[in-house]
Amino acid sequence: MNTPSNAIPRSSFEPQAAAPAVMTAPRPFYWSVRRELSEYRSIYIAPLAAAGVVLVGFLIATLGRALTLPNPVDRLAVLEGPFDFAMGLILGTAFIVAIFYLLDTLYGERRDRSILFWKSLPVSDLTTVLSKATVGIVILPLLGFAITVATQLIMLLLSTAVVHASGLDVTTLWNKVALFQTSLGLLYHIVTVHMLWYAPLYGWLLLVSAWARRAPFLWALLPPFAIGVLEKIALNTSHFTNLLKYRFMGSPESPHLAVSHDSFAMFLGSPGLWIGLIITAGFFAAAVRLRRDRDPL
Amino acid sequence: MSVIEARGLRKAYGTTIALDGINLRVEEGRILGLIGPNGAGKSTALNAILGLTQYQGELRVLGRDPWKERDQLMRDVCFISDVAVLPRWMQVSQALDYVAGVHPRFDRPKAEGFLAKTDIKRASKIRELSKGMVTQLHLALVMAIDARLLVLDEPTLGLDLLYRKQFYDSLLNDYFDRSRTIVVTTHQVEDVQHVLTDLMFINRGRIALACSMEEAESRFLEVTVRPEQLAAARALKPIHESQVLGRTIMLFDHADRQQLTALGELHTPSIADLFVAVMGDQARQTQGAAR
Repeated sequence: MNTPSNAIPRSSFEPQAAAPAVMTAPRPFYWSVRRELSEYRSIYIAPLAAAGVVLVGFLIATLGRALTLPNPVDRLAVLEGPFDFAMGLILGTAFIVAIFYLLDTLYGERRDRSILFWKSLPVSDLTTVLSKATVGIVILPLLGFAITVATQLIMLLLSTAVVHASGLDVTTLWNKVALFQTSLGLLYHIVTVHMLWYAPLYGWLLLVSAWARRAPFLWALLPPFAIGVLEKIALNTSHFTNLLKYRFMGSPESPHLAVSHDSFAMFLGSPGLWIGLIITAGFFAAAVRLRRDRDPL
Repeated sequence: MSVIEARGLRKAYGTTIALDGINLRVEEGRILGLIGPNGAGKSTALNAILGLTQYQGELRVLGRDPWKERDQLMRDVCFISDVAVLPRWMQVSQALDYVAGVHPRFDRPKAEGFLAKTDIKRASKIRELSKGMVTQLHLALVMAIDARLLVLDEPTLGLDLLYRKQFYDSLLNDYFDRSRTIVVTTHQVEDVQHVLTDLMFINRGRIALACSMEEAESRFLEVTVRPEQLAAARALKPIHESQVLGRTIMLFDHADRQQLTALGELHTPSIADLFVAVMGDQARQTQGAAR
């Protein structure tokens, strides 16, 4: 035994410089989430890039245009326009990243055979699947939210400067943009719609990712499409298609941006929400089972 | 308690039988070599032991059912598989962080110590490392885990002779002690000749030979038979006969040493010789069959 166990300098690449000899209690869930974030760096790069695009566009187009307008009231109208656009672009990007991430994550680890490494460590399949679900369903939307709010805040500060320079009252702008209220409404919308109401979609994507031997994207789309077509041919009805439409294209029951106790209570009381969550749990359970069973590709 | 205990272990993929009711017992402190042709069922057996595949029959690893309790089992079991499976996107430092984060028995300074003896840089991505370095890294991670069972499935495949020798040297010098157990499969049997304590040949899902190395050395004898003794030698029923450079070499199982000395020059057969003798014809047939 000639192990120079403390002969080497501590590397500067360690984020948390714990005392070297102390073995901390294992935190499989935390580390599973962390490794997802370092493997799929698009999780934060893509929304940040979208925010960058929004800000550059805002600087060049909106601020530039606003400054050329002679009438200060027109300037105000131009400035408040892109706030919704910023939100849509950043959250839309986060949503698309979430879809691709969930579809790839359990498929990718089998394709590159790294699953054999992950499985050689004391991390259960349940922990792994839950950590991946958390990244797609909780972390990505919340990250999108945070980046949206930060971007809008920067836009508001820039606009304030322009409005102030134009000699107008900034409170008009602040009242119109109302960043705090819209952010609260946005957060409510993200939690109710993007996380809870859309949950079966994410569950389905994870399941396909765990199941598919190739082309997970195709497998995610084909079965729902095929069921819809078969139902139309066999029964000449469109219940399944309508069900999907109802779920993902909005409905009277689906929650809106408005934050109120009544609408939230109605949302929590809707059977659709709970049925969706039960189906999601079923998808998760199947994904966990499949991860245990499936061989590397 | 045995480290691994299997009774009637069976696994079929459709109509192909990968494991045909294997009985197996591995005690603590042994280094077992599982040797067999491609498609013999070695990897299936290891996968069953590691909880990576479902099986029929009885199997206990460190007293646990590997299929049902894989994550618990992996606190005490480590494995390196035949393909380089370390995630290619990871940095070396991230791999250390991750294993330290999830494994209760990982000794990070020890792993850093092993890495310090190599040329592996902490900031390198695994995809930038050579195959030999990836194996070194994997071995460093695994040897820093205080596990009771280490499973190696073709760990040195595709490595040059120096890396291979280094691999087994560090395994024996820096890792193995009497409280640990190692199971290894490899085609490079000459590498493990002096590493193993136990030998198991497996073919077509069945165990063709299982014995300790001491037992193998006393049981099997190879004789370069003098031409005039050929008939007498054949009468003693050698398990294998081959011609090398015009000389006839016969391999005997459970033969009387005294008797054999009269026939010609005696040697202890290598694992490779034994493999050819015990599995020769069978092996050639299975090689053709798909996995």
